[in-house]
Amino acid sequence: MNALLRVEDLSVRFRLRDAVVQAVTDLNLSVRRGELLAVVGESGCGKSVLAHALLGLLPANATTTGHAFLDDIDLVHCGEKKLAREVRGRRIGLVPQSPATALTPVRTGRTLLAETLREHGRDAALATAIAADAGLDDTDLDRYPFQLSGGMAQRLVTALALASDPPLLIADEPTTGLDRPLVDHTLDVLRRRCDNGDAVLLITHDLAAAERVADTVAVMYASRIVEHRPAASVFKTAAHPYTAALLDALPDRAFQAIPGHPPMLTALPAGCAYAPRCPRADQQCATPPTGPVACHHPLVTS
Amino acid sequence: MSLTAHGVSAGYRGQQVLHDVTITIEPGETVGLRGPSGSGKSTLVRVLALLHRPDAGHVTLDGTQIDDIRHRVPSSRRTQIGVLFQSPRAASDPRLTLTDIIAEPLRATRQPHEQRVAELADRVGLTADLLGRRPHAVSDGQLQRACLARALVHRPAYLLCDEATTMLDASTQAHVAAVITDEQHQREMGVLLVSHDTTLLTRWADRVASITQQ
Repeated sequence: MNALLRVEDLSVRFRLRDAVVQAVTDLNLSVRRGELLAVVGESGCGKSVLAHALLGLLPANATTTGHAFLDDIDLVHCGEKKLAREVRGRRIGLVPQSPATALTPVRTGRTLLAETLREHGRDAALATAIAADAGLDDTDLDRYPFQLSGGMAQRLVTALALASDPPLLIADEPTTGLDRPLVDHTLDVLRRRCDNGDAVLLITHDLAAAERVADTVAVMYASRIVEHRPAASVFKTAAHPYTAALLDALPDRAFQAIPGHPPMLTALPAGCAYAPRCPRADQQCATPPTGPVACHHPLVTS
Repeated sequence: MSLTAHGVSAGYRGQQVLHDVTITIEPGETVGLRGPSGSGKSTLVRVLALLHRPDAGHVTLDGTQIDDIRHRVPSSRRTQIGVLFQSPRAASDPRLTLTDIIAEPLRATRQPHEQRVAELADRVGLTADLLGRRPHAVSDGQLQRACLARALVHRPAYLLCDEATTMLDASTQAHVAAVITDEQHQREMGVLLVSHDTTLLTRWADRVASITQQ
C-alpha cells in the first residue's frame, strides 16, 4: 500500500466556555496515490474539522491528538512554520468551503490566480487555462469576487487550489452552488487528477457526487467514521444502518429524514452514537463498535 | 391571491440579468425554478422578496401592486413573504445567538417571541445546546435550520427558497423539505424553490419553471 496520507487515531476537541466539543474522535484512514476518497455525512458531523485539522487551520481553542502522516511529515506535530512553508498550498491544496468568504475582495480573479501561480514558480499566463479547467470563462476572471455568482466564486477557488498542482487536494464541498453540468465538470476534474496519480480527499454532503467519482467512501457520523468501504459497495449495499438511512433521505429514494437528532458533540454517548436513532440497536451497542463498518449489527457482512 | 412578478427586468448598475420574466406562486403550491448559474434566479428571488427594485415590470402580492422596496413597504406586507437564502452565514448576524436570530423578526415588530421561538426551534430540529451558540460555532446545516425557523416566524403566506438546501446533507434536506411541506399543509403557504437539482425539483415541486441565460 502506497499511502500518501495516513491518519492515525486523530481526535480534535474544541474548548468552549462551558463545554468541550468532541469534533473528531479516534479517526483512522489512509489515502493512496491515485485514490479519490469521499468523506460524507450530515452537517456538523466533523467533516470540515477533519480537513482543517490536516492543514493546521483550526482555531486556538482546538486540541488535536493523534497523527496524520503525509509521506514523512506528521501534520499534527510538525508545527506551524513547516505547515506554512512546505505543506499548505504546496503539498496539500485546499478548496475551501464557502468561497464567498475565502476570496480577497479587492483583487480580481485573474490577479489572485496569477499571484498564486507566481508564488509556486509557475507561469502566470497559465491562469486562463487553469480557470478553463475549473469551468470558468476567461472574461469572468476580470471580475472582483463580489461581482461573481456563488457558482462562479466556487469555480474560482477551485482554480486557485489547482494552480499549485498539489499531490493531495482536499476539496471541502467543491460543488456547492453549481448546477448539475458544472458539478459533473468539477468532479471530472478531480477524477482526472486521481487518474494521473494525485490523490483527492473529497469532503461532501452530496451523495450523488460521491457516487459518481469516489473510489472509496468514508461515512462520518457524530465525529467518528462509521463505514469505510469501496464506493460501489457502499452505494449498492450499505452495511451501517446509518449509511442506509442517509441514502434513503435522497430525493430519488425515500426522501425521508432520519428520525431524531444527531447527538450533541458536547455529550457523546460512550457506545455507538447512532444507537438512539437506530432500529437495530440493543444492549450490545452500549460498547463502541470498531472496524471498517463500526456496527454490532451490520446490514451486510463481508 | 398570489405572489406574482409581472414582466420583470432587473440588474445591477446597468448590467441587466433578468429580461421580462413573469412568474406566479399560488397559495399552497410549490413552484420549482431552475436555470444555469448566473441566469438571474437569485435576482428574481430578491425582486419577489421586495429587496431589489426591478428596472421594468412589477410585483403584485395578493392582487396589490407593490411599487416600493425594503422598508418603504408596510411591514404587514413584507412579513407575508419569507426568504431562505443560499448562504445562511451571509444571511445571519454573527453577533446573535441562534435564539436571537430566530426571534429577531418578532422583536422588530414588537411581538412576544419566547414561545414561538421554542416551538419553531423544535420543529426545525435545533437542540437546546445549539440555540445558545453564535453562528461561528455551528455548521452551515444547523445555521440554515435556524434561518428556516426565522423565515417561518411570521407565518408568511409565501416562502422563497434560493438554493436553500444545496449545502445541506441528504437527511437535513429531507427534514427541511418536510418542515416546509408540513407548514404548507397547515396553512396553504406558497413556496418557490430555486434549485439546480433536477432530481430534487422533480420530487418536491408541483411544477417547474425554467429561466434561460440571456
